[in-house]
Amino acid sequence: MSQLMNGAKILLECLSQEGVDVIFGYPGGVTLPFYDALYDHPIRHVLVRHEQNAAFAAQGYSRSTGRVGVCCATSGPGATNLVTGLVDAMMDSIPIVALTGQVSTKLIGTDAFQEADTFGITRSATKHNYLVKNIKDLPSVIHEAFYIAASGRPGPVLVDIAKDVFMGNAQYEPVNSIHLPGYKVYTEGHTGQIRRAAQMILEAERPMIYAGGGIILGNAHDELRELVEAVDAPTVCTLMGLGGLPCEHRNFISMPGMHGSYAANMAMSGADLLIALGVRFDDRVTGRLAAFAPHAKIIHVDIDPAEISKNRNADLPIVGDLKRVLPKLTSVIREIRTESGNLERTGLKAWWKQVREWKEENPLVPVYSTTEIKPQHLMAEIDRISGGKAIITSDVGQHQMWAAQLIRYNAPRLWINSGGLGSMGFGLPSAIGAQFANPDQLVFSIVGDGGFQMSLPELATLMNYGLPVKIIVMNNGYLGMVRQWQELFYNNRLSSVTLDSFPDPSLLAGAYGFKGRTIEHPSELAAALQEAIEYNGPYLLNVKVTPTENVYPMVPSGGALNEMVLGPIQSSSVV
Amino acid sequence: MLQIISLLMENKTGALMRVTGLLTARGYNIESLTVARTLDSGLSRMTIAVDIEPHGRRQLIKQMNKLINVLQATDLTEGPAVTREMVLMRVRAPQESRTAILKESEIFGARVVDSTVEGFALEATGDIEKLDEFISIMQSYGEIEVTRSGAVTVSLDSKKLRLSPPISRGEAVLVEEKNGVA
Repeated sequence: MSQLMNGAKILLECLSQEGVDVIFGYPGGVTLPFYDALYDHPIRHVLVRHEQNAAFAAQGYSRSTGRVGVCCATSGPGATNLVTGLVDAMMDSIPIVALTGQVSTKLIGTDAFQEADTFGITRSATKHNYLVKNIKDLPSVIHEAFYIAASGRPGPVLVDIAKDVFMGNAQYEPVNSIHLPGYKVYTEGHTGQIRRAAQMILEAERPMIYAGGGIILGNAHDELRELVEAVDAPTVCTLMGLGGLPCEHRNFISMPGMHGSYAANMAMSGADLLIALGVRFDDRVTGRLAAFAPHAKIIHVDIDPAEISKNRNADLPIVGDLKRVLPKLTSVIREIRTESGNLERTGLKAWWKQVREWKEENPLVPVYSTTEIKPQHLMAEIDRISGGKAIITSDVGQHQMWAAQLIRYNAPRLWINSGGLGSMGFGLPSAIGAQFANPDQLVFSIVGDGGFQMSLPELATLMNYGLPVKIIVMNNGYLGMVRQWQELFYNNRLSSVTLDSFPDPSLLAGAYGFKGRTIEHPSELAAALQEAIEYNGPYLLNVKVTPTENVYPMVPSGGALNEMVLGPIQSSSVV
Repeated sequence: MLQIISLLMENKTGALMRVTGLLTARGYNIESLTVARTLDSGLSRMTIAVDIEPHGRRQLIKQMNKLINVLQATDLTEGPAVTREMVLMRVRAPQESRTAILKESEIFGARVVDSTVEGFALEATGDIEKLDEFISIMQSYGEIEVTRSGAVTVSLDSKKLRLSPPISRGEAVLVEEKNGVA
């Protein structure tokens, strides 16, 4: 059924067909026709207070649901403000579609008011991007954008639309097919490779499962659990993979890497086989690459062929979708085990004994004080309230590491953080997106006093939409992670890391019409958190913690994983 | 010796930028680059000459293959392939060296495309190293001005091109929803 419509309406029609229910955005000159069409359209528009936060909110929506998040900005400064959010989504493979307005086609290239080369600027910030200059291209471009964002290794796609495309009229024909001849999506995984992988796994004496963000993105958490139980290997989840295997699962050995647990890092270093699933051997996980898992053969399963042997050579690569590959792998393993009469794997038994010893030697446990609130104590309290079920968003830095170490995530898509790019100011806007997508769920935004102040404008958004996000500021008066490095590696010369002049939270929250307060004594903590979650609406809890607490264990930059510094007392003794 | 990457790509705005962007993002220089339409006017063939160590080059080519607009990127450095480049040059040729220049040109299979009292304009094709030699010989006759086309390469392997077929919107929606917790 063809129908004469303007570009703005065609765009909305395509978005509806994609199942979009909410757009996070900020209007401007060239998007006026789009906003006019939105005025009486069922798709909800959420007015954020800065475009960067529109992209972060779209990510929070996507990361908490798996669906494609949508954000929107005007030309020029609107589009350039999106860039950090796009690169952030690119690094963590988050499917979002960004819609930007562009000046009219006649004006492109004339340095028109609010003109910027959005297409050029966002080329490396996106999985793919489009500049739409002809209304006839609009429907197919929009559907392609959603398909590209969500399929294969997900990522952000930007569609830049000239103002006259919004305003022009065309016969709208629904798009029936998508043709992207050069876009390869790998799904099944090579059967022969899967069989060889199963054999390697059963021959290994010290196997380790190293599960990453791909498990979450591919919705392969159930399939992971099946595999973990069939192999019975110790399993670590990376920062991006937390929740991929429930933290309470008996095979779970916490997070590896720079601030990973002793047991996780020792086990990675001692394993004779790493089963790497949806990971990219990131430098924050591997430490010094040459010394990473030195005894291990590598099975690497990833949907992106470019990840195979990028950082660490894969002895056995499998390119495919984890959701499809893992069940096949599990069933071949079970099959071989049955054929061979389910022999007891004695090597594995000894390996587990060793891993348990490492766990007991240096467990990841909170630190408490009777006079100050330790940041670890704060995380332990949040963990108690969450019970492994709340959505937790974070910024980047010390609070992020403690929240990753000490809070349990018993399901995927509960732990939302800026992993790859490490963007400050991510926590609050991503919580906004997550809360919109999950209106009935408890959402904590755990932020530092630095990152929180990068997202201050969004307090208005919270109030505007009555979102009951609980903001927990882990306030140590410093840019804590930078201070930690200055202390440890720059002779404690604290250069520009002191954050004085933090606003009074009761006045700040009060100015927006909700409640905020400061606590600084451990005895207040439990009750204050309880008050925050019981409060009907957003809540700002400013928690003053030990200012100079450091995150441990720590693998110093350039160190091997088993060269951890375990804590301040032994800071000179390296294990 | 330079290495050759050959790409078959969609003839679309921005496709070139996406390919070269992968090189610049990694700090790699492009030694030469040629691009032109293929028999199918919707597609272009690009040949890039680079000097990148093998691991970096493998990574780069994988990234090129991920680009939506790229149908196929191949490393033709090792494989059976023919590479040619064209050079156009102006040689100042005083009376006494004209015959010698023409003789050298003949050895290299170069053609005279213009001739004046001052000198010649020459056209030569060949592989990159052969043209380097030709240019250095011509330099010995005095001042020259050179424009090189950049390498073009054709693979002698009939490597099968794997293209993704069109998919219906319904299939696309299934893929999009697969990841959704819903």
